Amino acid sequence: MSSSTYVQLVDLAKYFGKVKALDGLSLDIAQGELVALLGPSGCGKTTALRALAGLQELDRGQLMVDGKDVTFQSASKRGMGMVFQAYSLFPHMTARENVEYGLKLRTHKVSSQKRKDRSAELLELVGLSTHANHYPYQLSGGQQQRIALARALAISPKVLLLDEPLSALDAKVRTQLREEIRRIQMELGTTTLFVTHDQEEALSIADRVGVMRNGQLEQIAAPSELYDRPKTSFVAEFVGLTNPISGKVSGGSIEVLGSVVKTLPGSVTSGTGIALIRPESVDVVTSKSGNATVAAASFLGASCRLNITMNDGTKITAQLPSSDAAGIGAGASVSVSLLDMPVFVKAAG
Amino acid sequence: MGATSMKQKMGVKIWRWSIISVVSFYLLVPLYAMFDFSTKPYGFENAGRSLRAWKVIGTQEALFEAVTRSLITALIVMAIILFLVVPTAIWVQLKLPLLRRPFELLCLIPLAIPAIVIVVGIAPLYRWISINLNESPITLAGVYSMLILPYTYRSLSAALDAVDIHTLAEAATTLGAGISRVIFGIIMPTIKTGIINGSFIAIALVLGEFTISNILNFKTFQVVIAQIGRTDGQVAVAVSVASLLFVLVLLLLIPNKKRQGAVLDVDIA
Repeated sequence: MSSSTYVQLVDLAKYFGKVKALDGLSLDIAQGELVALLGPSGCGKTTALRALAGLQELDRGQLMVDGKDVTFQSASKRGMGMVFQAYSLFPHMTARENVEYGLKLRTHKVSSQKRKDRSAELLELVGLSTHANHYPYQLSGGQQQRIALARALAISPKVLLLDEPLSALDAKVRTQLREEIRRIQMELGTTTLFVTHDQEEALSIADRVGVMRNGQLEQIAAPSELYDRPKTSFVAEFVGLTNPISGKVSGGSIEVLGSVVKTLPGSVTSGTGIALIRPESVDVVTSKSGNATVAAASFLGASCRLNITMNDGTKITAQLPSSDAAGIGAGASVSVSLLDMPVFVKAAG
Repeated sequence: MGATSMKQKMGVKIWRWSIISVVSFYLLVPLYAMFDFSTKPYGFENAGRSLRAWKVIGTQEALFEAVTRSLITALIVMAIILFLVVPTAIWVQLKLPLLRRPFELLCLIPLAIPAIVIVVGIAPLYRWISINLNESPITLAGVYSMLILPYTYRSLSAALDAVDIHTLAEAATTLGAGISRVIFGIIMPTIKTGIINGSFIAIALVLGEFTISNILNFKTFQVVIAQIGRTDGQVAVAVSVASLLFVLVLLLLIPNKKRQGAVLDVDIA
C-alpha cells in the first residue's frame, strides 16, 4: 500500500448464481484521484461501485478507506456521496432541501444557518443557485443530476461515487456536465470513482481508467497509455477502434500492410498474428500506382474517415486530419502505409 | 380551417357536458328522491311537507354516540394503515421482492371471503376480547383493518410501482438515513397521493360497513341508522342523506395540491 493510497479494494468477489459479477477485483485509488471504471455491461463495474458504497454485500474481499476497514460498515455510516444513473432527487423536496438532507442527518448536528450556507455554496458550485426553490419535476434531467451531485458533495464525502450519472442525458448536456464534474472534482479534491460504459467519457475526465471484464480488472492506466499501449487484446479492442489485420511477427516487430512496426508488450511474439491497428495510425496518400482504393470517405469535421479496400481485398478504416484528406474521395487510388507507432498483436484465429 | 376546429371544439364540449349530465343525473336523482321522502307528510296527520325528520336527528343521542364511535374506529384504522400497512408494503417492495406476490394474494383474501364468513370465523375471538377487554372501537378496528387490505394495498402498490423507490432509498441511505427514515421520511411523502387515496377508500368502507359491526354487536353509525329505520324510516333516510353530504364535504376539504406525482417534463436548460 503506497503512502498516497486512500481507497483500497482488495480481492473483491461477488457471485450471482453462476454469474461472476466480481471475481477477485483489486484496485487502489489515491487521495484526490478520479478513477473511471470502464467496461461492457455485466462486467461488474457497477457492482464494484455499489460494494464500495455499502449497497452491495460481498462474498469475499476487503474495503479500506482512509486506512479503516469499512467492509462491514453499513451504507448509511460510510459517508460516501453517490450520484445514480436514474434520477434520484427526493420528489417532495426542493433542490435546496435535497442538498441539505444529508447534513440534517449528520451525527454532529449542523446548525440550520450553516446548512443554508453550505447548500447555497454547493448550488453555486453546480451553477443552479437560481433554482434553489424548484422541485425536481421543474428541473431538466441535466439540472437534476447537478443537484444530485451537489447533494452528494454536501456531506463532504470520503469518496464520491458516480454510477453512470450522465447516461440518461442527451449528448450535448452530457459533454458539458462531464467537464463540470471534472472541474468540481479538481476544485474540491474529492477522491472519486466513476463508472461508465462510455469510453469517451472515461478517457476525457479520469486520471486513470480501469477496464473491467468478467469481474476482473483487465488493465488500469492513464487514458493516453491505455489507448496507446493496451496490455491485452480486449483493452485494445474495447477502447477506441481497431483494424484487425494479420501479419508476420518476429523479434518484437510485425510486418503488416507493407510496413514494419514494433509490437507492444503482451503481444504474440512469433509466427502469424493479428495486429490491432488504430485508424489514425494508418497513413494514406494519393498515388496512381497505390496499393489500395478508397471505398467511401466520411467527413467528420476536424478529421476524415476513409473506408479503404486494399488490393488484396482487406478492408481497413483510416482516420486522418481533414487537411491531409483533401482531394481523397471514393474511388481514389491511394497508397497505404503505417505510421511508426507500436501496435498490439493478438493471436491469429 | 378555423371553422372546422371551432366545430370540433364545440363537439368535444357537447360530448363532455352530455357525459357530465348523465353521471349527475345518475348520482343526484336518488339523492333527491331520498330528500323528497324524508320531507313527506308524517303519519296520519295531513300536515303537508315538513322538516320533522331532519329535526329529529338532533334529538337522537344514540346516533351521535354512534357517529363518534365510527369516526374513532376510522381514525384507528387510519393509524394502522399509516404505521403498519404502508411501512409493510414499502418494506416488502424494498427488501423482500420474493414475497410480493404472496403478500398481494394475502391482501386480496378479504375480498374473496364474504363478510358473514369472516364474522363467523372471527366471532369467538371477539367474544373473548369483549369479555376480557372491553367493547371499545379499538377491537372493531382490528377486523376492519383486514377488510380494507384489498383496496388499500392495491392503491399503495400502484403508487409504489410508479416511482423508483429503490434508487430513492439507496440515495437516502448513502446520505446517512436509516431504514425508518427512508420509509417515513422519503418513500411515504413520495407516494403521498397513493396513501391518501388508499386511506379514503378505507375510511369510506369503515363508515359504511354494516354486516360485521351488526353481528358483533357494535353500535356503529350504520347499525344505528338501521335501528332508527325500523321505527322511523324518514329519519333514517334523512340521516343517510346527511352522512352523504358529510362525506362530500370531507372530500372537498382534502387539499388538492398538484405538486407531488405530477409528471411534468419541463426542459429549461
